[in-house]
Order: sequence, then structure tokens, then C-alpha cells
Amino acid sequence: MITVEGLTHYYGERRAIEDIRFQISANEIVGFLGLNGAGKSTTLRILAGLLVPSAGSITIDGVDLVSAGSSARARIGYLPEDPPLYREMTVREFVAYCGELKGLDHATVQSRLDGVLKVAQLTHVQHRVIQELSHGYRKRCGIAQAIIHKPKLVILDEPISGLDPRQIVEMRQVIRDLAKDCTVLISSHILGEISETCDRILVLAGGKIVAQGTEAELASRAGSAAGARLTLLVRGTAAAIDAGLAAGVPVIKFDKHEEGAGLWRLHVALANDDREALVAALVAAGVGIRKLVEDESELEQIFLGLTQGASA
Amino acid sequence: MKGILLVARRDFWAYINTVWGWAILALALLLDGLFFNVFGLTATAQYSADVLDQFVFFTSGITLAAAVLITMRLFAEERQTGTIVLLDSSPLSEGQIVFGKYLSGMAFLSLFAIATAYMPALIFVNGKVSLEQIAVGYLGILLMGSAGVAIGTWASSISRNQLLAAVISTVVSVFFVTCWMLARLLDPPFKAIVSYLAFFDKHLQPFQEGRIDTQGVFFFVSLTFAFLLLANRSLIARRWE
Repeated sequence: MITVEGLTHYYGERRAIEDIRFQISANEIVGFLGLNGAGKSTTLRILAGLLVPSAGSITIDGVDLVSAGSSARARIGYLPEDPPLYREMTVREFVAYCGELKGLDHATVQSRLDGVLKVAQLTHVQHRVIQELSHGYRKRCGIAQAIIHKPKLVILDEPISGLDPRQIVEMRQVIRDLAKDCTVLISSHILGEISETCDRILVLAGGKIVAQGTEAELASRAGSAAGARLTLLVRGTAAAIDAGLAAGVPVIKFDKHEEGAGLWRLHVALANDDREALVAALVAAGVGIRKLVEDESELEQIFLGLTQGASA
Repeated sequence: MKGILLVARRDFWAYINTVWGWAILALALLLDGLFFNVFGLTATAQYSADVLDQFVFFTSGITLAAAVLITMRLFAEERQTGTIVLLDSSPLSEGQIVFGKYLSGMAFLSLFAIATAYMPALIFVNGKVSLEQIAVGYLGILLMGSAGVAIGTWASSISRNQLLAAVISTVVSVFFVTCWMLARLLDPPFKAIVSYLAFFDKHLQPFQEGRIDTQGVFFFVSLTFAFLLLANRSLIARRWE
């Protein structure tokens, strides 16, 4: 439904993105991951119709974004990181205005307004002036303006940045509800959020797509990233700890720091996710386990593994 | 047309709903009233046509200054607050956005012009001027205001902040106002060219006297069109950066 082919963009002589290709199906939630400077913002700005690419094509629901910019933009909803809001308007006025700006007639806007405010969870603040609202509600106003015209593609740039934990949970629900009617492309630095919300992930590094797929597909592709990085708080002697770690579990590297009172903090990188075997080996060597935590989420490890080579 | 009116309506209400809009209106009316009192209602006897002439002259000048203040926010403020994204990502063409912004500025200037009507009404009641003379005077005021709004719209479209937009449109407007002086320093053929660009000296004078000058109408309309076209090009260019 959304097809991107050979997307390339230059700022003067500097190449920002090169030969980006992907497809997104209807009702899919796709996460867009990339380090700063990877070309994420440029790609999003092009997809939102704000920038014309140096080369390549984007087709949204069969309409080419470059050659038919106006009608293609009518099929896109875009929420930048800082929601663009006319703060002197009430929520209802603003969303209605954006609907008409997107080409809807007044009657259609009015018929859709209540539904959109409900999806964005704004019904109870619809008559309040935007200036008075919290950051979370402003984000939701941004989402409401992006979906009032029933776009085929909704682009959300950092939709949960600046939200408190409760607002994050509510925003996840809003995003899932959006995907019932359209395709959602989310850009976020918060990898856990991408993992939580998205069906599929596109990884951008050095201006190129370096990987795409589900989290499981990326994990298998990343190979060694399928292991685990753990921090343990244990009680025992240094010799017992060394013996436990040498007892057959494949360890890539580890280091230990004495915490006092017989306690040690261990940082262990396992080749495979054999944490049960590691615990068993340490216990067998006479080491008491007081605490075990995973250092990074699996997606973080995958992401670092995939982008390391491309960024180098 | 619907898109143009949509943009114009929001910007016009943004003037009305903010202190800034009313402050500009109040200041412009205060200055206009002051000039009318000092130069129009003098102790020495004057022909009412001359008083109207004076009124059109200084009201045009104030309109031009007000146009700078009104238009500086049109694009620059939207860029500063990030709301320009709403327009850029909408299906509206750059031309529709530019013309909508221009119309909002003109609507607000027209509000100012209407609010000044008590002064020519005083001349009409107490002197001997025709309604046609007054109407032609207002046509001149609005034509010059239109050029000022177009200059300001263009300046705002190329500026990252409102102050810069105000400086650019002031410099360009002052150039057109002072062309008659610059022309004196130049030799032909530049003398004739620069002299032709003079707002007051060349093109407003007939309107002050109650005469519709087609050359003046053509000049102000052409200037308006040219600067709106430049603003349109600058918006298009940003998509190709």
C-alpha cells in the first residue's frame, strides 16, 4: 500500500539518505529506528510531503507523492515531535480547522469530529483552549489533526517523548486504535516503545535501511546479538565465582567488582541466552545469587549490533 | 478558493484575537487622528479637497507602516512555532497559502481603513468634497496598502523570525517611498526607472486629488502580484532544499 523505491536525498553536496526501499501494508504499525544523523528526519519529512526527494519514488495508495503532491498529501497525516498547534483555538475548533485544511467539507468534518476526539481521548477537553492543556493532551491534539481526514498513512515522530508513564500507556492504545483504519509509521528513540507497539521495524543507519523485519527476524539476523548481557549481585569468594563462570556456559566476557561484605557485582555477556545454566553453575560453585538483571533490552542489543557496522 | 479563505480566515482571527492586532490598529488610528488634527484641521483656511489630499497622503503612509507590522508574523511566526507544518503538509498549493495570508493582511488593513472613515466624513459634512473623491482616495490607500502587504508577505516567507521579516519589508518599503530622492542622484536612463517606482511622488498623487490613475492602479497591482509571486517561489523552494 505504501511503496518507497530508491529514495535518495542530498543537501547540497551532502548525501542524507541513499536508495531507501521498503513497503508497508495496510493497517500495519511500523517502527522507524535510527541513531541521530541516520537520515530519519529527512525520510519522514519526505514521506510527509514537506520535502521533495533528489531521487526515488513514494507511492501511497497508488498515488505518487512527488508528481501528485497535493492529492498524495491528502492521504497522509503527520505529527512532528513538537505538535504543531494553534494554541489560541479550542481543541474542537483546531481539529475541525485542520480537517478543512486537509480538504474536507464542513459537514464531513462535523460528522467525524466526535469520533476522532474519542479515538484521541480528547472528548472531555474538547472545549478547552489548547494553550491551557498539558503536554500529553497537546500530543493527542496533534494526533487528532493527523487523522481527522482519514489518511492512509499516519506518520508519528516521537509520539511518546515527554509523556508521563500513564500518558504513555494511553498513547499506546491510541496508536493501536489508529491502526484499525490506517497504516502507522512511528519514529522513536525509545526502543522499548517500538518493541511494544510495532508489528515491524525498519532500521536506518548511515542514510540506508540496514535491516527490516519483526523483532524476532532482526534478532536472528543480528546473530550474536541473540545472547544476553547481565548484571549479577552475588555472595561468594572470587575463586568460586571464577569457577562458576568457567563451568561450561559460553561467556563472551565478564568483569567483577567487589562491593564489600563478601558481595560482588558481575557484568557478564553470554554468547547465548543461557542465564538459567549460568545461575545453576554459579550456585553449584558455592556462589549465592542475590540479584540478576538484564542490562539492555533485546531490541537495544539488536539495534546496536545492526547499526554498529553501518555507522563505522 | 475554499482553501484560500480558510487560511485567510484563521490569520484574520489571529489578528482579532490577539493584543498585537488591536495594538497595531490602535496605534495606527492614533497616529492618523493626530496627523489629521495637526495638518488637516489647521487654523488657516484650506480647501476641503486639500484637506482630503492631506488625509489620503498620511493615511497611506500609516497603512504602509501598519502593513509591515501586520505581515511580519504571517509566515515567520508559523515557522517559529512549527505550525507551518500544518500548511506544508496540507493539500493546499503554495499559491493558495500565500494568497490566503495576503488576504488576511488586506482584510485587517481594510478594518483600519474603515475605522478612519470618520475623518473624510468630517470633511464631507463640513466641506465640499464628493463621495467619489473620497472613494478614489480610499482606493489609493488600499492599493498602496496592498503593495505593502505583498512586500511584507514575501519578507515573512523568506525570514526565520518576525524581526527579520519586519526589517526586510521596512527596507523594501522605504526604498519605494524614497525613490524620488534616489532618482535625483542618478543619470538617465536609471533616473527615469527609479523615479517611476516612487510610491507617493509618482503613483499616489492622482488618488490624493480624487483622480483614478490607471497607470497607478497598474503599478500597485503589478507590484502586489510580483511580490506574491516571489513569496510563492520561496515557499516552493523550501520543499526543494
